[in-house]
Formats: sequence, C-alpha cells, structure tokens
Amino acid sequence: MQAQLTAKDIACRRGERLLFKGLSLACEAGDALHVAGANGVGKSSLIRILAGLLRPFTGEISTTGDIGLIDERLALDANQPLGRALAFWERLDGCSDSGRAFDLLQLDELLDIPVRYLSTGQKKRAALARLLNRNCPIWLLDEPLNGLDAQAQASVEALVAQHCAGGGIAVVASHQAIALPGGRTLAIEDFAA
Amino acid sequence: MSAAITLLRRDLGLLLPGGSGGGGVLPLLFFLAVAMLYPFAVGPDAQLLARTGGGVIWVAALLAAILPLEKLVASDLEAGVFDQLHLRGISEELAMMVRLAAHWLAFAPLLLLATLPAAALLGLTGETTRTVLLGLMAGTPGLAAVGLAVAALTAAMRGGAALAGLMVIPLAVPILIFGAGALGRPDPSALLLTASISLGLVALAPFAAAAAIRAARET
Repeated sequence: MQAQLTAKDIACRRGERLLFKGLSLACEAGDALHVAGANGVGKSSLIRILAGLLRPFTGEISTTGDIGLIDERLALDANQPLGRALAFWERLDGCSDSGRAFDLLQLDELLDIPVRYLSTGQKKRAALARLLNRNCPIWLLDEPLNGLDAQAQASVEALVAQHCAGGGIAVVASHQAIALPGGRTLAIEDFAA
Repeated sequence: MSAAITLLRRDLGLLLPGGSGGGGVLPLLFFLAVAMLYPFAVGPDAQLLARTGGGVIWVAALLAAILPLEKLVASDLEAGVFDQLHLRGISEELAMMVRLAAHWLAFAPLLLLATLPAAALLGLTGETTRTVLLGLMAGTPGLAAVGLAVAALTAAMRGGAALAGLMVIPLAVPILIFGAGALGRPDPSALLLTASISLGLVALAPFAAAAAIRAARET
C-alpha cells in the first residue's frame, strides 16, 4: 500500500489564539515537505496534528501508513545507557538489525553512556536511529537540525532523501533552511489567522 | 500482547527498588519508621499498642503508598513516551494498565513483607497480623489504582506531586475504613468489601489515567 498523508482545511487553536486556518496539504509516496515559519507560528502544532496527537480545531487528517515522529522530546530513559534505552523501542518495533542505523549515525561509541550525559546533537542522532529502526513510511520531523553540527545536518538531509527515494513521506518543520528532495515548502505564515 | 510484556519489563525496571524512576526503598523505610516511632509517642503500654497497632500500620501503608507517585507518570509524560507509544498503536489505556500492575508489584509485596517487622515492633498478636496482611493484600491494589489515576491527573501541573498526595487521601478513605475495619470483626465481610472496592478502582483507574494523559496533550 502506498503511503499517503493529506490534511484538509486545518485550523489550529492553542488556548485562546487561533494560530492558523485553512491549511491544506497532500503528500504522496516519495514526497518531502518543508514546513517553514518563525518561532511560535504553529510548526510544532501542525506536526502534532498530523501525527494525530493533537486535535485540529477544524478540518481533517487522513493517513495511510505508520507514522514516525521526532520532536524535542526524546522519550528515552535519562538514567539508562543509550543502548538499553533504545533497545526498549527496538523490541516494541520488532527491529532485529539496529547496527546499520547506529553505523550511519555514528552512535556505536555512545551506546554505553547514560542518556542524560549526551549532548543535544547526540540525543537528536539517537532519536533518528530509533526512527530508522522503526522502518515506517511517514516521517514527521520537528526541528530535526537543532543542535546538530554541519556534518550531522548533511547526513539528516541524506537520510530524508534516501527515505523519500524509497517511497517514504517526510514532513520536516524547521526554521532553518534544509535541502529536501523536490524542494517543496509550506510557509505557515501564509495561513495565519 | 508482546507489546504489553515489553512495556511491563520496562516499567518494572524503572519502578522496582534500584530502578531509576521510582521511589526505591524509601516508602518502605518510611513505613517502618512510623511503626517504630508510634510506641515512642504513646508509651510502652503493650495492650494499647496491640489494640491500636493494626490501625497505625494501615495509616502508615496509605501514606507510604503516596511517596512513589511523583515520578509514576510525570517523567514519562514530559519525555513524550506516551506520544511515541500512541504512534505505535499502543493506547494510553494499555500503557496505564501495565503501569498499574508494575506500580503494585513494585511496592505492595515489599510492603507486605515489611508489615511483619512492623507488627513485631507494635506487639501485634498473630491473629491481628494475619488480618492486617489479608487486608493490605486486598487494599493495596486499590491504593495503587487511586495513586496512578491521581498521578496522571496531576502529572502536567507544576507542583503536581504535593497535590497528588493530598488528592489520594480522601479517595483512599473507603479502603482504609473497610481494611482497618476488618481488625475489629471476626467475620471476613470487611475484607471482602475492601477487595471489592479495590477491584472497582483497579478497573476504573487505567481509563481515568489514560483520559488524563490525552487531556494533557491539549494544554
């Protein structure tokens, strides 16, 4: 089954404020979309709405395929060594070959270090490894470049390109420029209420 | 099913003494400390101690059950664990059922064990000790359930832990009344009522806690 992600006429309200309205998007297999905008315009809210974690104020979302999410929250146990913290998710995701993702993201040397000692960039790479190991068609990435050095940023762009080339979908919210296949951009400011 | 077992293993690893997420053995030490302090406070009258000791153990157990609540839900909620589980099709209800089982396993068996030295410190008779143990066995699942639901409700609040402690106390009163009430009766009716209250709370708590976690996403 082909992966698919569509949002129709979405509005998002946080508290008393309407952040955006009338936002529609459609992604087919192989599409990448850069959600751009300044801080506070609703990029993260849009990602969480697409993930089904937040109810849109109006509008509908429909997806075909499993969703993988990376946001600023790591969901790894801070006191456990990285290898063990990731192993829990590998067991849940039924992943038997985690070595490739660790290689790609240069995590091998960090596996024995407790998560709380990792730097921001290292934590981000750990979250990416979990995403890769899950092997799901729809990627929702919220500020994936935060805290990454130039080399790691390039490898994120390469991973997204590879994912889309393999028939995946990637929606990337980022206030920084990011090179995505197809170069589609959605500026949330255009839909500001 | 295998997802539930994977979750249970993680939760137990976090909550059992020595794990990183729970209160460890502190609730137990607190529980024993109350049993140790009580004779100092009321004096060494053996009859008085034996008559009131069972009730003291119950109050101590109730208060000890509050201690592990602080990290029971809040740290995972903050870390986004429930979001990641949701995306994997694991409902908040299932996650909370598993968490309830792990929470009970992490504190109740050790508490029952600690009841023996506590009973000795208070000079309880064998008969009374038995009734206390049976009562705690029937009542602790209910205490764990109330604790979980309240921990989930207060997880997204600042200073939620202290509030959780206060909220558990009135909700736990029925368990205390019947559980400690069994001490004064020769028949098992009070124990059965404690067990039935526990059962009802265990059945409801995962749904209340799951609703609280979903509501926390909207804030």
